[in-house]
Amino acid sequence: MPLSTESQPGDEQYVLVATLDNVRNLSNILKAITFKDHAIFNATRNGLKVTVEDSKCLQANAFIQAEIFQEFVMKEDSVGFQINLTVLLDCLTIFGGSTVPGVTTALRMCYSGYGFPLTLFLEEGGVVTVCKINTQEPEEPIDFDFCSTDVTNKVILQSDSLREAFSELDMTSEILQITMSPCQPFFRLSTFGNSGNAHYDYPKDSDMMELFQCTTTQTNKYKMSLLKPSTKALALSCKVSVRTDSRGFLSLQYLVRNDDGQICFVEYFCSPDEEVDEES
Amino acid sequence: MDYVATGSNVKVLAKAIHSLSRIGEELYFESTGRWLALRTVNSSRSAFACFHLCPLFFQRFHTPQGDSFRCKMPIKSVQAVFKSLSSLEKTVEKCRIEWKPEQSQLTFTLHCKMCSVLGLLKTHNLSFQDCESLQAVFDKERSPNVLRAQPRLLVDTVLHFPPSLEEVTLSVTSDRMWLKNHVEDESDQSQAMMTELYLSSEEFEDFVVTLANQHHFCLKELSAPTAPPPDDFMCDAHGLIPHCYGTSEIAGPSTQINQPPRSTHAPTPPNHRLFSCFSLSSSQFRSLFFGSVLPTPSQGTSQTLQGQDVLASDSEDEGSP
Repeated sequence: MPLSTESQPGDEQYVLVATLDNVRNLSNILKAITFKDHAIFNATRNGLKVTVEDSKCLQANAFIQAEIFQEFVMKEDSVGFQINLTVLLDCLTIFGGSTVPGVTTALRMCYSGYGFPLTLFLEEGGVVTVCKINTQEPEEPIDFDFCSTDVTNKVILQSDSLREAFSELDMTSEILQITMSPCQPFFRLSTFGNSGNAHYDYPKDSDMMELFQCTTTQTNKYKMSLLKPSTKALALSCKVSVRTDSRGFLSLQYLVRNDDGQICFVEYFCSPDEEVDEES
Repeated sequence: MDYVATGSNVKVLAKAIHSLSRIGEELYFESTGRWLALRTVNSSRSAFACFHLCPLFFQRFHTPQGDSFRCKMPIKSVQAVFKSLSSLEKTVEKCRIEWKPEQSQLTFTLHCKMCSVLGLLKTHNLSFQDCESLQAVFDKERSPNVLRAQPRLLVDTVLHFPPSLEEVTLSVTSDRMWLKNHVEDESDQSQAMMTELYLSSEEFEDFVVTLANQHHFCLKELSAPTAPPPDDFMCDAHGLIPHCYGTSEIAGPSTQINQPPRSTHAPTPPNHRLFSCFSLSSSQFRSLFFGSVLPTPSQGTSQTLQGQDVLASDSEDEGSP
């Protein structure tokens, strides 16, 4: 049964039908947020939002807008479910990681609604695989209440430069400290590990700093274990925006270009590491 | 104390540290007004390596008058400063090593450039421990055998042996040197792959063998000195020449250089005890690698590693008198 991007008979049962000529335009971006088994899927007419959370302190979101898909049909305003992300990715990549030019795996993703499994039709070179993955009741994603109006400091960096620092971070440090300031050191990543401390300073007027809007000096600490998974998103992206609000909450937004040059976003929210200060 | 190395010398510094890490786990750092020494010794105190960097190596070499600074730190901590060796030359403009008397940490700063515009500044403040000077107890002048060659020869020779190999046997006669892998167990010999390499005396720039000999080395320690890039210094006036000495000597008080040997065991009988020293030199730095050799079967199994006098010492050894 060759896949086609036109409506199929029997589609009436589905509340969501999404097709892609190249499944990598979905699987690659999902890999950037796969640090936990379960993800919350939320589909609206605008597209797909996939959310993964950790310890109620970290949230990662991948946005794949409707325009990315060759076909994206939603019969309802909003549809949500929870699914095992690892299993989903295994299915999406079931034909292996072939990078032979011209050969892509096509995807038709269908969902009938509450209680039904997510059905995937994958086709490569005339071979079709059908996968049905059970869905669960979606949990409500955490609302970090991060508003653009409350952003105190913002920088946009080329991902290349941040990748270098992240790949060298001292993993014996439990925390990653981020300092943003209108004066020296401008943008600094610090670790405090077994052998000592390390600081990576990005000057505000270098080529890799595309935007620098820092109004107040802020230093915040975040658990390294929470931020480490974000390096996957960093690896995929070409630009990253780093924002902190007045409470010290961190927002990392990654601009990802897929195989066809289209833009998708991945976003990480992280709450600051609160230290219990026993001294006054 | 404030030293700045620039350009390709940063890579040399990084490679020196990486090659030291193949021998020991701690880096002994010593700076005087005349040089900066980076030294290490292995856990059994049978192999020692050091790099002496002269002021010429640095763009800035400032040691306060009369002051010397000594410390030791885990070598992994220093290696962490110089990650991604291959891109160092392209990205790092300069490396600064600083210490101020009131500080308890040694500061390494890497100034990186990106497309010739100032980029990332990497600062590492490394905690250290105080220590005494680490010196090798060895006298090169008493070596009966001297072999001198371009470092490339040693690099190419060692390449023929699998990296997983533990020991090699080095033998010298009056006209040739040969290296073969050493297999301990007689029964293994028929199953193991044996590699044997001959180098005639003509391959060497100097080949003086007054005492035909055979001894075993730990391959990992033998290949450590091949790590730094000699090619950069080939155009120097002095060139870059490894000296290879095979010696047969009895280490005793008369051969002390700095510290008396701190042997924690009774002195061993005066059998042949062999040390080998590899040194690389240029106008900007000198490096020395000492490796003690493992006893050959003919020397008797009673002579274990513990029985050898220690090759290198610092006066912080436990069991001080």
